[in-house]
Amino acid sequence: MDTALIIEKFVLVVILFLISLGIAAYSTYFERKLAAWIQDRVGPDRAGPFGILQPIADGVKMFLKEDFTPQNSDKWLFIIGPGIAMFTALITSAIIPWGPDITLFGRTMSLQVTDFNVGVLYIFGVVSIGVYGIMIGGWASNNKYSLFGAIRASSQMISYELAMGISLITIVLMSGSLSLTDIVNKQHGMDWNIWYQPISFLVFFICSLAETNRAPFDLPECESELIGGYHTEYSSMKLGLFLFSEYVAMFVSSALMAILFFGGYNFPGMDAFSGNLLALLCVVAFFAKIFFFIFVIMWIRWTIPRFRFDQLMHLGWKTLIPIAIINMLITGLVIAFNQGWF
Amino acid sequence: MTYELISYILGGLTIGSALMVILSRHPIRSVMYLVITFFFISGHMVLMNAQFLAIVNVIVYAGAIMVLFLFVLMLLNLNKESEPKMSIASQVAAIISGGIFLLVLLAALSESILPPMPQQMSKSIADIQNEGLVQNLGQLLFSKYIVPFEVSSILFLAAMVGSVLLAKREKQNTEEL
Amino acid sequence: MESLSNRKKVVSDKPMTFVESLYLPAIFSGMMVTLKHMFKRRKTIKYPEEQRVFAPVYRGMHVLKRDEQGRENCTACGLCAVACPAEAITMVAAEREKGEENLYREEKYAEIYEINMLRCIFCGLCEEACPKEAIFLTDRIVPTEYERNEFIYGKDMLVEKLDKRIDITKRQDTGKRGAV
Repeated sequence: MDTALIIEKFVLVVILFLISLGIAAYSTYFERKLAAWIQDRVGPDRAGPFGILQPIADGVKMFLKEDFTPQNSDKWLFIIGPGIAMFTALITSAIIPWGPDITLFGRTMSLQVTDFNVGVLYIFGVVSIGVYGIMIGGWASNNKYSLFGAIRASSQMISYELAMGISLITIVLMSGSLSLTDIVNKQHGMDWNIWYQPISFLVFFICSLAETNRAPFDLPECESELIGGYHTEYSSMKLGLFLFSEYVAMFVSSALMAILFFGGYNFPGMDAFSGNLLALLCVVAFFAKIFFFIFVIMWIRWTIPRFRFDQLMHLGWKTLIPIAIINMLITGLVIAFNQGWF
Repeated sequence: MTYELISYILGGLTIGSALMVILSRHPIRSVMYLVITFFFISGHMVLMNAQFLAIVNVIVYAGAIMVLFLFVLMLLNLNKESEPKMSIASQVAAIISGGIFLLVLLAALSESILPPMPQQMSKSIADIQNEGLVQNLGQLLFSKYIVPFEVSSILFLAAMVGSVLLAKREKQNTEEL
Repeated sequence: MESLSNRKKVVSDKPMTFVESLYLPAIFSGMMVTLKHMFKRRKTIKYPEEQRVFAPVYRGMHVLKRDEQGRENCTACGLCAVACPAEAITMVAAEREKGEENLYREEKYAEIYEINMLRCIFCGLCEEACPKEAIFLTDRIVPTEYERNEFIYGKDMLVEKLDKRIDITKRQDTGKRGAV
């Protein structure tokens, strides 16, 4: 192991960390703006020009609030709950390929922290442990609403993980690899997976809304029934971490959707460029796709009302999973047919 | 050298958190320590270049089964008063049976020291690095271990059908009543 | 019954067709509605910078008027307090002393006159009740405060300043009320 590699990766990790947090912070601002626009309002515009300093003001407010711990709560678990939520939201970005290799200071650097050869499974692993933050936080609060939120979150996540996994298998079947880099490189130019797997994308999109607890699947935190759900008892920056982790998760799942179905950093006409310029354009294209998905997710939140819990379970188990399984079987059959098995 | 150091530290942490599973008084904390133990075991698997197994261990055990454990524990009333009192006789019986089980395990494992993998020495480094990857695992599962693989899948199918049947039968009973 | 607006929709519970049961077309049409709203004109009025045009009969913060010679009109009869449905007005009357004729128009005046702006519902009944044309509602807005007791306005807030007379003609001259 050479020192340069360690420095390179360290710098990349720090940049990714800052970008994730920055985008999450500005997602809160953009979400409020978008909600306002949809409701014919202006939105936050007091802090700085067009209110662009609003996330900083919110952050300062979060830090200055009283950090309250309920008396009969499990103190230790109450503290680590938001930490786990934030941690799991952040670590997914380690395997996302942000762009093709660049050449800097005479070194070829990969814009990916690690090319994990079971990247798709790694995503699943992170998603499946992501529920712990909410569950622990909700349980440790010792509040019945929080407990309801935690239970809803866990059952929702377990239900939608299945459909998500099965819809992802089609992508793995088509790419023949579990590595995200291979999946992206397979979709060179305009040859995106969405043209072959629209149903799979739909299932994956709905499931990732459910996994990130975004509306219309925000039952774990629904304000009207559960008064905030799992974060009812949280205040100050612990609450901030919970809310923040939701936006980080949204950013990461948008990135995953772009990678798995919309070609990641590929864009039409990319063969005309090469070298660092290509890498730069690729990163720009990738982030454009990510922002588009973040926009769509927010747009959905401010359009569709929340599901009832039985509707949620019905959709997950009786609709999405059969669709995903049939889609997977058809994909498998077509691939087998193309390879001349029949 | 670093490899050995890391594996020793990981091993110590694994045993420590596994001990905490049985030593901590609170069931939820026990579950959390168990989850941590699974992560350390996954760490060992990564060290042995079995990334697929490591990740699947996390997904299945830490991500799904322990979540269900937590789910059930959260719904239970975990007061000190509702804890069942154990008689001294049953405690002694538990200690004795546990001790015997430990003895049997030790006796069985002390004979089976792993061979120092001589056949791997002849392989190239690339082969060793690809040992635990998905492709090799899949090849093995669908050629050498095809029978156990299929038998276990039938077992899972039977379990699924059984659980569906159990759920259905309860419904019929209520209708008859 | 015949619908007057021709926009009546008959509610039915007939089973959904297959396309309807997919829900996706309905969701997309809903999202198109919200998308359209994103580009509509904003209805917000940014208050301190822009102010809405008030109706001429707008009922805002009260004023206790003085007459042309700068004497307070109020004679502390208490009719406004009686008329007030929210019980927001209290007052303490006092007799006018010698040498105070340039301060108070009547022989009795209000030593203390308080309106609790948190209770006030700005109905304007005090104005209707006043026989001396002393209290009027104006188009000024009651500012917000941090403490509750700052909303109890005494004479220092209510009586118009001699050098800063408050114009009440806009509300009074709408033709719906008698001339001032």
